[in-house]
Amino acid sequence: MIQKIDHKQKKKKKEPKYEKGSLAKYLKGHWQLYLMILPPVIVLLIFAYGPMYGILLAFKDYQVTLGIGGSPWTSNFGLNHFIRFFNNYNFVEVLRNTLVISLYSMLVMMPCSILLALSLNYAKNAIFKKTVQMITYCPYFISTIVFVGIINLMMDTRTGIIGKFFYDQFGINILGSSGLFPSLYVWSGVWQGVGFGAIIYIAALAGVDMQQHEAAIIDGATLLQRIRYVDLPAILPTAVIMMILNMGNILNIGYEKILAMQNQNNLTMSEVIPTYAYKVSLVSTFPDYSYSTAIGLFQSLVGLVLILITNKIADKATGNGFI
Amino acid sequence: MKKTRRITQDRAVYFINYVLLTLLLVVVLYPIIYIVSCSFSSGDALMSAKVRFLPVEPTLESYETVFEYNSIWTGYMNSIIYTVSGTVLSIALTLLAAYPLSRDDFRGKKFFTILFVFTMMFNGGLIPTYLLVKNLNLTDTMWAVILPTAVSAYNMIVARTFFKQSIPKEMLEAAEIDGCTDFRFFWKIVLPLSAPIVAVLCLWVAVGLWNSYFNPMIYINSESKYPLQLVLRKILLMSQVDFTTASVDPEKLAKNQYLSEMLKYGTIVISSLPLMIIYPFVQKYFVKGVMIGSVKG
Repeated sequence: MIQKIDHKQKKKKKEPKYEKGSLAKYLKGHWQLYLMILPPVIVLLIFAYGPMYGILLAFKDYQVTLGIGGSPWTSNFGLNHFIRFFNNYNFVEVLRNTLVISLYSMLVMMPCSILLALSLNYAKNAIFKKTVQMITYCPYFISTIVFVGIINLMMDTRTGIIGKFFYDQFGINILGSSGLFPSLYVWSGVWQGVGFGAIIYIAALAGVDMQQHEAAIIDGATLLQRIRYVDLPAILPTAVIMMILNMGNILNIGYEKILAMQNQNNLTMSEVIPTYAYKVSLVSTFPDYSYSTAIGLFQSLVGLVLILITNKIADKATGNGFI
Repeated sequence: MKKTRRITQDRAVYFINYVLLTLLLVVVLYPIIYIVSCSFSSGDALMSAKVRFLPVEPTLESYETVFEYNSIWTGYMNSIIYTVSGTVLSIALTLLAAYPLSRDDFRGKKFFTILFVFTMMFNGGLIPTYLLVKNLNLTDTMWAVILPTAVSAYNMIVARTFFKQSIPKEMLEAAEIDGCTDFRFFWKIVLPLSAPIVAVLCLWVAVGLWNSYFNPMIYINSESKYPLQLVLRKILLMSQVDFTTASVDPEKLAKNQYLSEMLKYGTIVISSLPLMIIYPFVQKYFVKGVMIGSVKG
């Protein structure tokens, strides 16, 4: 009886976070939980937090013999590398390419994923639906290297089936034209990722209350009206979260694929911040680690600020923020 | 009258929907079929762009060349080793972190959660990470590829949310009354109940490791340790095909000047095969995994 009352009270207080009792007693009973979390925390501290010490390099002139700690601070109050980056003739171009490719990708990918999810949702034939899903997932599992290899083979002006067609008919060299690079990147990305991108919206659509649809049908709503007034509001929260996540990564675009797709002809449109940071350091004959670190830090900070701002706006506008 | 109009419109929309989906199916399938057909075609047919849909002058020559090209198989072996050990390591660490953090009574939960989540929003960047790996003397070893990415905060949150949702609190209470320790409970109760999420996470991590090329590219120097993707990078993107170390019949080489081109198509198919075979088995868990990840992102 007493226990029952106790239980009820607990529930009313929304369950206190910790069971009562001293910390020592708790540790004695549950030390194993801390032992479990220890290995992952150690790896995290070394490989995620360890490099944060190296960020100091952004404010120093790195000299291999002196190490990170011993290298002298750089000029302009340690901000010399940032100033160099902002004044570099590459800066505007690289920033523009990054933003163009990122935003283009986001603006195309999201509607395509939502459209596919809606289409699948209203495909009544279950076998057909399953088949479409399974086949559209398939390209997602092709590796970046192989995928870029396929693009190069198919777009070749002499031997590629698509490239030859465009070259013969319109005189367009798809691989060799820098202006086409963003489109090639984005639309090949749609081919590879739309099936996977749709999953999340399919899941959101599955959560729509059928009664709403039934009520709408009784009120005489057409299918398109139901999509507009029932389905779209239902997937809005998911779409907002995806947008926040994408915003945070706006400068941190899929550089692996871009790097693999780069060639001498498209470099003016394909050089983005991460690939630029990679090139001035690890592939350069005069590797400039400090400069590259500064660029990386700039990118990380912009990402952090963007994710916080978008989250705030989304929270205010729709109540769908997530942090 | 109005109703019939609505029904005709709906029918039309359904019909257009099927047409669009079929069109998508064709667009997605065509490049795949094309590449596979090319891999069965002769070098002459490839170079004169004769292949449209089905193989032209069918031959197995490109696959023979792939099988004789040794570095592909060294790469394959290395990739299998890196992927399997990396996946085991990453999943073990992820689950070990996720379980305590899924427990409401775990003291310090907030601190540890923030410790993990912060790494999703901010990181040291390329060069600091590179220098760290170098200073730890991990360069040119397997560990440089699998350790830095082993703990993923995102995967940890997915696993944590799954534990929270699917392990009933009553079960833990009952087990504690019976004197079950946290280890035992995790091993005997939590893990067996979490097969779906472990399967999805394994697939994600394995796909990531199998397909990654950037980290191996900056950390692995000796070609004997190259994973498959780096070998492919040389063949597909840099067109550096070196038949001198391969055990290809010199006569065949002399006869067929397009062998390196054929090799490309063969390697694409052979290297993509493992994942293409595996993913349909795990596919049914995709929705669950992705959904959990998004809700508590």
